[in-house]
Amino acid sequence: MTHSTPDPKPSLLRRLSIACGAFFSILANPEFAARVVALRHAPTAAPVAPQAVAPAPQPVPAPAPVAPAPLKAASPDAALQLLALLQRDARLIDFTQENLGGYSDAEIGGVARVVHEGCAKVLREHFTLAPVRTEAEGSRLTLPAGFDARAVRLTGNVVGQAPFSGSLSHRGWRATETRLPKLAEGHDVTVLAQAEVEL
Amino acid sequence: MSAPRYAIGIDLGTTHCALAWVDLAASEGEKTAHGVLEIPQLTAPGTVESLPLLPSFLYLPHASELAPGELALPWPDAPQDAVGEFARARGAQTSIRLVSSAKSWLCHPGVDRRAPILPSDAPPEVARVSPLEASTRYLAHLRQAWNHAHPEAPFDEQDVTVTIPASFDPAARELTLEAARAAGYVGVTLLEEPQAALYQWIQASGGQWRKAVKPGDIILVIDVGGGTSDFSLIAVLELEGNLELQRVAIGDHILLGGDNMDLTLAHVVARKLAQAGTQLDPWQLRALTYACRAAKERLLSDATLPAQPLVVPSRGSKLIGGSIRTELTQEEVRMTLLEGFFPQVDASARPASRTRAGLTQLGLPYAQDAGVTRHLAALLGRQVGATAALEGFAGAAPAGASFLHPTAVLFNGGVFKSGVLTERTLATLNGWLAAEQAAPARLLSGADMDLAVARGAAYYGHVRRGQGVRIRGGTASAYYVGVESAMPAIPGFEPPLQALCLAPFGMEEGVETEPLAQEFGLVVGEPVHLRLFGSTVRRQDAVGTLLDFWSPEELQELGEIEALLPAEGRQPGEVVQVQLRAIATDTGTLELTAVATGSGERWKVTFDVRSPGADGA
Repeated sequence: MTHSTPDPKPSLLRRLSIACGAFFSILANPEFAARVVALRHAPTAAPVAPQAVAPAPQPVPAPAPVAPAPLKAASPDAALQLLALLQRDARLIDFTQENLGGYSDAEIGGVARVVHEGCAKVLREHFTLAPVRTEAEGSRLTLPAGFDARAVRLTGNVVGQAPFSGSLSHRGWRATETRLPKLAEGHDVTVLAQAEVEL
Repeated sequence: MSAPRYAIGIDLGTTHCALAWVDLAASEGEKTAHGVLEIPQLTAPGTVESLPLLPSFLYLPHASELAPGELALPWPDAPQDAVGEFARARGAQTSIRLVSSAKSWLCHPGVDRRAPILPSDAPPEVARVSPLEASTRYLAHLRQAWNHAHPEAPFDEQDVTVTIPASFDPAARELTLEAARAAGYVGVTLLEEPQAALYQWIQASGGQWRKAVKPGDIILVIDVGGGTSDFSLIAVLELEGNLELQRVAIGDHILLGGDNMDLTLAHVVARKLAQAGTQLDPWQLRALTYACRAAKERLLSDATLPAQPLVVPSRGSKLIGGSIRTELTQEEVRMTLLEGFFPQVDASARPASRTRAGLTQLGLPYAQDAGVTRHLAALLGRQVGATAALEGFAGAAPAGASFLHPTAVLFNGGVFKSGVLTERTLATLNGWLAAEQAAPARLLSGADMDLAVARGAAYYGHVRRGQGVRIRGGTASAYYVGVESAMPAIPGFEPPLQALCLAPFGMEEGVETEPLAQEFGLVVGEPVHLRLFGSTVRRQDAVGTLLDFWSPEELQELGEIEALLPAEGRQPGEVVQVQLRAIATDTGTLELTAVATGSGERWKVTFDVRSPGADGA
């Protein structure tokens, strides 16, 4: 880990720099690109998730500086598989690759149903999703010392010592189960949708 | 064979198969450890997923259609074709290579069910398969899926039950058993699907079912699956202080199910689009059927919704530009489904009668009348006397009742996941009951609509080991052979046919009838064909009862049976006198044997005989 305490809310300037860095990394490094895809489509399933959430910036007891561990490279297969499923059931690639310019909101809205229903189906069939926190959003809750900083993000007036008390603004999502199809030896995962030729 | 560890239940459905199990070692009495097997299957080329249901479809791909290895499954066989979800999805686009509804073909007496006739519209270069072979493939897939998941408990050492519609005739039952054996099953038992659904309800109640029903109840099981509708009536009796269940009647075999309903809705919408000038191709019609299914669920569950938008996505990659938008209205759904399939008719309503062109039609004999409630009214009317002879039911049926009064209803099948359709069916039935001053029937809830049959079949394997209550009743038909009467021939008239009772109603398994007194002369080496009839209403006829006259309601012709004496050890052309006798086997089939009058030698009489004139292809 090169920066052990990433800012939970980077500033605009910092975000610009992250975006530029990410842009070139995506172009140059296919594995990184796959991880970004996985991160965007299934945040909780992404193997980089532990690094994506900031630990509490407060010096909680014994914040022993962790030895920089090598980042693991995610295999693109699972990401490509998920993309293929989203295309098959939700036409997501078709939808995102189309220029919305010439269409009315009603036309786009109609098709959004297909995409919405399909995406919901893919998520339902391949993941079991559960909220990270079961409390109702807006309710007050207390985080004890040693809470899982990978699963809970502190925002706002982040000062003082645990236990932290605050209101829940988003319950979070966690994939409690992932069920991706098994692939045959030699199956080409880069084909996200086969071309179709009617004879 | 060691004692089985599991009881396995297999629902071999028209549109879906499922496999459930009960862990016998961990189950005691009405407490069972049970589950459903997730079945690995192709969902796309080279992609295997495990799903609780295996769609009953077989796809026969072209040699260059798929890359090598794309049909691979988790087990080592190298299949040449695909079974399950991928078969269904791919076959929807290339129907000439898709085998579907094999089960309906398996019980179609007008075709040779062992002959390669499917897909029925395949061009000559496609190597067709027989209905028997297709069913075998689904059963073999399930067996392999089990062995893959349970290497420690091989399938062949478990107790296996396969379900069939209650309305399957002896030939279809035997063919199902033959398919199971061809798939490598040993020691398999057949169970009627409505009974399986009731077993699952009993299992799910965890012993509470004894409080939900009482002696004198008549439970009506209504099972409307993807392709067939099946009804059974089960009476609750009290015997020495214990509740007993007895199946007293079954319905006709009706090829009518949820798929017909979705397709009908799609056609309603397609007609509307056509009037507006938009023609749909077959691909779009399928997409529309799919969209209609989802919209229908929402409209039926919320009567205040006026309409639901439908989108038929474009086939090309231009999704927004090429899609067709339309809507399905509340009125269309109600008119089509409720009035079309579940009309609120009187108890005296009957389905429009089919003018049968003999048994030699080539397509599947789909129900002509789509009104499920009319078929139900016909069954209850026909079975008004079904419980008359049962102990404890003598005074139950009011005098002058025009139909049998069920007191409880159990729904099963994917169609009844819609609350509106169960309510409509129950309300219609209760309307009939109210008209005859009878109490409304209660709804038995808690059934698992998609998986009940497989689960119930597995539970049955547990029950057969003496644990929990068992549904009795024996065969739900009496069987007859047609004999020509000895009347002097009248020119221009066929000699009148008489029906000779061969097997009485309610034969319990393991029972063998007395041989028929009537002797038939069989010519050695030449098959003799006899016409077989069945009756689901004549409960009193004993073996040897001769009927001179019957109404079409009473007796249905089931096809032909064939007796053939092998020529070994005899002179060809020799005539041997034989008697026929019937056995209700432990596996759930009916077996007919020809017994030589003198020597007592026996030969099996086969049911599945191709009707003369049917050419199948």
